[in-house]
Amino acid sequence: MPPGPLDGLAEWLRGELGPDAVVTDEAARRTYECDGLTHYRSVPALVVLPEDAEGVRTVVRACRERGTPWVARGAGTGLSGGALPVADGVLIVTSRMRRILDVDLVNGRALLEPGVVNLAVSQAVAAAGWFYAPDPSSQVVCSIGGNVAENSGGAHCVKYGFTVHHVTGLEVCTSDGELVWLGTNQAGEAPGYDLVGAFVGSEGTLGIATKVAVRLLRQPEAVLTLLAAFPTVSSAGAATSDIIAAGLSPAALEIMDALAIQAAERAVSCEYPPGAGAVLIVELDGPAVEVAEERETVRRMCEAAGAFEVRVAANAAERTEIWKGRKSAFAAVGRISPSYIVQDGVIPRTALADVLSAIGDLAAAAGIRVANVFHAGDGNLHPLVLYDDDAPGQYEAAQRVSGDILELCVARGGSITGEHGVGVDKAAKLPRMFSADDLDTMQLVRCAFDPYGLANPGKVFPTPRLCGEPPRPRSAADALPAGVEIW
Amino acid sequence: MSAPEVVAPGSAVEVADAVRAAAADGRTMLARGAGTKSHWGGSASTVDVVLETRRLRGVAAHEPGDLVATVAAGTPLADLQGVLGLAGQRLALEAGSPSATVGGVLSSGEAGPLRLRHGTGRDLLIGVEFVRPDGVLARSGGRVVKNVAGYDVGKLLCGSYGTLGVITSATFRLHPLPVDRAWVSCPVATDALTDLVSRALDPRVHASAVEVDLTGRAGTLALLIEGSRTGVPVRAGTAVGLLGDGAAIVDQPRWWGAYPFLFDAIALKLAVGVGRVGAVADALTDAAGADIAVRGSAGAGVVHASLPGATPPADVERILRAVRTAIGGVERGSCVVLAAPEPVLRAVDRWGPVPGLELMRRVKAQFDPYHRMAAGRFVGGI
Repeated sequence: MPPGPLDGLAEWLRGELGPDAVVTDEAARRTYECDGLTHYRSVPALVVLPEDAEGVRTVVRACRERGTPWVARGAGTGLSGGALPVADGVLIVTSRMRRILDVDLVNGRALLEPGVVNLAVSQAVAAAGWFYAPDPSSQVVCSIGGNVAENSGGAHCVKYGFTVHHVTGLEVCTSDGELVWLGTNQAGEAPGYDLVGAFVGSEGTLGIATKVAVRLLRQPEAVLTLLAAFPTVSSAGAATSDIIAAGLSPAALEIMDALAIQAAERAVSCEYPPGAGAVLIVELDGPAVEVAEERETVRRMCEAAGAFEVRVAANAAERTEIWKGRKSAFAAVGRISPSYIVQDGVIPRTALADVLSAIGDLAAAAGIRVANVFHAGDGNLHPLVLYDDDAPGQYEAAQRVSGDILELCVARGGSITGEHGVGVDKAAKLPRMFSADDLDTMQLVRCAFDPYGLANPGKVFPTPRLCGEPPRPRSAADALPAGVEIW
Repeated sequence: MSAPEVVAPGSAVEVADAVRAAAADGRTMLARGAGTKSHWGGSASTVDVVLETRRLRGVAAHEPGDLVATVAAGTPLADLQGVLGLAGQRLALEAGSPSATVGGVLSSGEAGPLRLRHGTGRDLLIGVEFVRPDGVLARSGGRVVKNVAGYDVGKLLCGSYGTLGVITSATFRLHPLPVDRAWVSCPVATDALTDLVSRALDPRVHASAVEVDLTGRAGTLALLIEGSRTGVPVRAGTAVGLLGDGAAIVDQPRWWGAYPFLFDAIALKLAVGVGRVGAVADALTDAAGADIAVRGSAGAGVVHASLPGATPPADVERILRAVRTAIGGVERGSCVVLAAPEPVLRAVDRWGPVPGLELMRRVKAQFDPYHRMAAGRFVGGI
């Protein structure tokens, strides 16, 4: 008889990976029960912290032999429950895999272990004049492996793109316990299917990345940050549209509304202009001569759209000062509300004014406060839905408002998630964007990588597909009617 | 073998109908746009039905304020650029084959000089609609640039040579057309290429493209600078200073964005590290015993090369082996034979080592278990 899912597994792994690599103590395991989305909790049966790719393979193979499900976890900063453990499964934590294996500035690449902290990559190459572009807000703690799983963005992705645009190669361990190299370390591309593109953003359901080759970029000649204070969110939004319409490509375009500003002031005293209904942060980067030119264009456009104050950061310290309020915004909301839900939805940029006004209506009707922080450049909204757990019915009302905001995003042709991922949190929402056929098609990829369904089960898809059944021709009645809009 | 049936559906639903009908009869199929790259990839082993996308045409939606457009797959890329240009925008994707369709460019992974700054089709595609080999119409992605809902199946379709299905429609992120542009070029020898490319990539210049045109060990390096009317001349001046002797502001080079090979040549695609383009070009010329034409995106590490069509298969095999040895392994790069006469194709390993091939076979087996779509055209006989 084959061993049960966990029979003797801890002991065997201790022998293989060393005693420090295996956590069985209940209290210690409990510290891994959730990721950044703390209302989903599940204590893993076993936590394993391998030191290298071979160690990961050892764990995954053992799981394969026993049919044990496993979940990969980086720094645990995810906001969709993507790293939520499986109670009868293994949690593979990459925090001991933190080596920068190679930095190759001739070819503009770095080869990283998955536990490397995002910011550490830029720090390692900063003195030489290079940087790694994706910069999620959690970049001081979040891991590259987690970024790969979630296809993380950041404030600057409006110009530089997401993790998937900066990862050229991966070594992954698939659920059959094989280490496979995908893509390329040094070259511009590799022959064959773009499996790197499929893997990045698959939220740990296709396997676990054990090495990550990333593209490094040269630091721009000039960086300039402006902060413009507006009487209303809609005037800040109008300025954003004008800046885009003028053909500028800012590195970041961020808006905070009055409530978000109020929270940030209380938390970090960011000293944004008093009385602002909204602030717009614009970062410009590139050749110095053009940045200087664009600074004036942006200032003019902000003023024309109604900005009553425009501040320009003259140096790195002042730039940090401007960003301080924005970067602390999520946590700062804790200063003005006992609890809050961070939402992550996307709309076409041109729908911004309409959708924000509709969010205001939803909030008012529910008697709930919503603070808005968003990446205006790409229409990625982060409404912070505030509530008080002690007030009866408030959590439910907040949940409803949060869900309705996503419905608004879908109705306007947007997405239920721009960067936080589907995870467990939004798996049930995915059919709002995709038909059963669309989801079935995505799961063909899942079946190719993980036919046993052992890698991060229960995430992303509302209903798992049974692998092994090849797709069959359907009857005409199964096809989508002409003109039906799914997304 | 009789000539294949040709169908030209007029909508995505009609494509699905045609694919489903073929699948029901167990017939094999090959999708075709303008046919500019029909000789790329392997010859499909059997083709019962050719599905032409020429009637899937037109820009379905273009929202300038969102910098997003949705286009039918059979639309010539040039037509799309024409429409976008009216709004001062572009899709930052170029094809070396001038009449190529959007679907063909995506499926073949074709990209031009702008790949340095904007990547390839996979980097610009934000949503896709396609018909699976079993006739199911499916979508992934969407109409917004930032979106991580579900798997990005579009990435798999890019560069898949039609082996996973038929793309019917694509949604792209767009970029504003630059106000001004200039080219700077200088002579280059292969042993100085890495150094010159590194200078050309200086952030003060912020080139949109860095291209090379070599014949044997010497040729021209050229870079494209795009930006504002004030910025471009300043940056071009900086580039001239950085590139040194013989550098000058020039008109668009005649060879810019064009492949170095003609239809009857042996066409190679070399993807290597930016620091190894010169060395690999040398290895090619040494192995061939003649000055070989190498051209492409030196700044992005992807160039094309042309061997004479009459090169004997055994010599081509030897040249490929030498070049692949110089590249030094799959993680460091690849040399792919895009097109060649049949006897050469039969004799050589056209794709070379492919990282992750077994997983690719498993993907193909899920999408097309009976190998009906573009069978045999892709890596490892997929």
